Amino acid sequence: MYKVKYALATVFKYATLLFGAFVALLPIVVVLFASFKTGKEYMSTSPLAPPENWLNFENYVRAFVEGNMLSGFINTTIILLISITGATLLGSMIAYILHRFKFRGSKLLLGAFLLATLIPGVTTQVATFQIINELGLFNTRWAAIILYLGTDIIAVYIFLQFLDTISVSLDESAMLDGASYFTIYRKIILPLLKPAIVTVIIVKGINIYNDFYTPFLYMPKADLQVISTALFKFKGPYGSQWEVISAGIMLAIIPTLIVFLSLQKYIYNGFSQGSVK
Amino acid sequence: MFKFSNLSYETQKRIIIVAFSIIPVVLLITFAYVPVFSMIFYSFTDWNGISKQKHFIGLENYVTLFTNPEYFKVFKVSMYYFFATFIQMGLALYFATILSFKVRMKNFFKGVLFFPYLLNGVAIGFMFLIFFRPDGTLDTVLKAIGLGAFIQKWLGNPDIINISLAGTSVWRYMGFNFIIFLGAISSIPKDVYEAAEIDGANRWHQFRYIILPSLKRIVQLNFILAISGAISVFEIPYIMTGGANGSETFVIQTVNIAFKYGKIGLGSAMGVVLLIIVIIVTLIQRSAFKEE
Repeated sequence: MYKVKYALATVFKYATLLFGAFVALLPIVVVLFASFKTGKEYMSTSPLAPPENWLNFENYVRAFVEGNMLSGFINTTIILLISITGATLLGSMIAYILHRFKFRGSKLLLGAFLLATLIPGVTTQVATFQIINELGLFNTRWAAIILYLGTDIIAVYIFLQFLDTISVSLDESAMLDGASYFTIYRKIILPLLKPAIVTVIIVKGINIYNDFYTPFLYMPKADLQVISTALFKFKGPYGSQWEVISAGIMLAIIPTLIVFLSLQKYIYNGFSQGSVK
Repeated sequence: MFKFSNLSYETQKRIIIVAFSIIPVVLLITFAYVPVFSMIFYSFTDWNGISKQKHFIGLENYVTLFTNPEYFKVFKVSMYYFFATFIQMGLALYFATILSFKVRMKNFFKGVLFFPYLLNGVAIGFMFLIFFRPDGTLDTVLKAIGLGAFIQKWLGNPDIINISLAGTSVWRYMGFNFIIFLGAISSIPKDVYEAAEIDGANRWHQFRYIILPSLKRIVQLNFILAISGAISVFEIPYIMTGGANGSETFVIQTVNIAFKYGKIGLGSAMGVVLLIIVIIVTLIQRSAFKEE
């Protein structure tokens, strides 16, 4: 009796897992199929039918060229590189002084950073927009970069948490050797923060790559489009050419898939650490 | 020659505090705090975003907001997303629990269940437009398994559209809760299970008395986040339907009023209301945690 129950539980377990995997993959697989179909084929075949010719890259070429996705990839890369480098440097610097020094106002400053996470960015866009506009940053890449640097405080958090695990006695022994505070930051703290930096790069990198709101609102100019906004533009003119849109979707997903497959372990760790504040 | 390390530590400390904090602090003030205050200020004016003049009109925007139930009708839409979060967490908890024990192809299942969370929001929106369209993926699957009679206009019927969109949201975010729960469960020492097994505990007992209590805090936190998440839903409905057919959320409405119709004053008042709601929810959460 116990064995039967156990076997049933196992069947149920695998059935639900397979069903879960099926639901997670189905929308993606259908898009993959569609991206290789010709327009006629797409209209006449079932969405679940694989394409006749797996080497029909015509939709990809059209999506890439007509959708101007190259400029999307270039803009996304520029914004990603500057924002992540900036967030890593600024975040680790402010975390270093907030964690290691007690000075007048240090508690207040720490509180100001913690409190800022309570303000959801999406609620204040109306006013943020005016600031970006007055600074003359509207319709420049700097609008996105500066917002990713200034409003997302998650990097500071991750670094503050990680600094707890770096012993102050390391700083002290370096001071006995006459190292300056800057040397301590540069030669001791920054290298030891490496695992936290990896987390910041992954969490911020994925958020920035996927962000739609900021570039849509602040950089509507055609040659400033990023992946998200380039893809969004397919909606009007390609309204009925779902096979071309599918190729566009695949082009946006492929970099994510490559990063995921090559950095799986770091990604799992990054998200489970970065989120629990 | 001048060298930074020749200065006394006291002087160094002063210099480095200023040097290392100036940029982050300026950014923090400019982009986190100034917008809140200027938004409160705009909410008392009739500003349209372009004109040089802002007329102070007192509480008029708030009166407009609270005397027109239309503006709050959109909160009904939030309820769909809020309830969807319960399903999302339940699924995440279930998959995290079974994948914490011995399972074949564990890494494959883990990867597949988590992967949607990493995807670009616009790509997801389009994917589900293809999924829900008439004769699209969902309809084909339903027909194939003999449930063709249940086919609906998934995105055309105002009674169903929010369920479809909230379902898309579950598809997108389930992996995030899943990976967090998985991390939390893996931090439970293995010998706790062994000890429980010796005492005759079955899998259900282990879940009920070991796993669930150790996840309590994270589950609580995620539920509270779900409330603020549900009222600030924007991306999926905006990309997929633009807020049509009764799928408009509070944020879509705010963005349209402020940027499409140029009513910065009224839009700001809505932003203030949203901010107050989110802060109240967060404060309740903080005080609930303090009791423990």
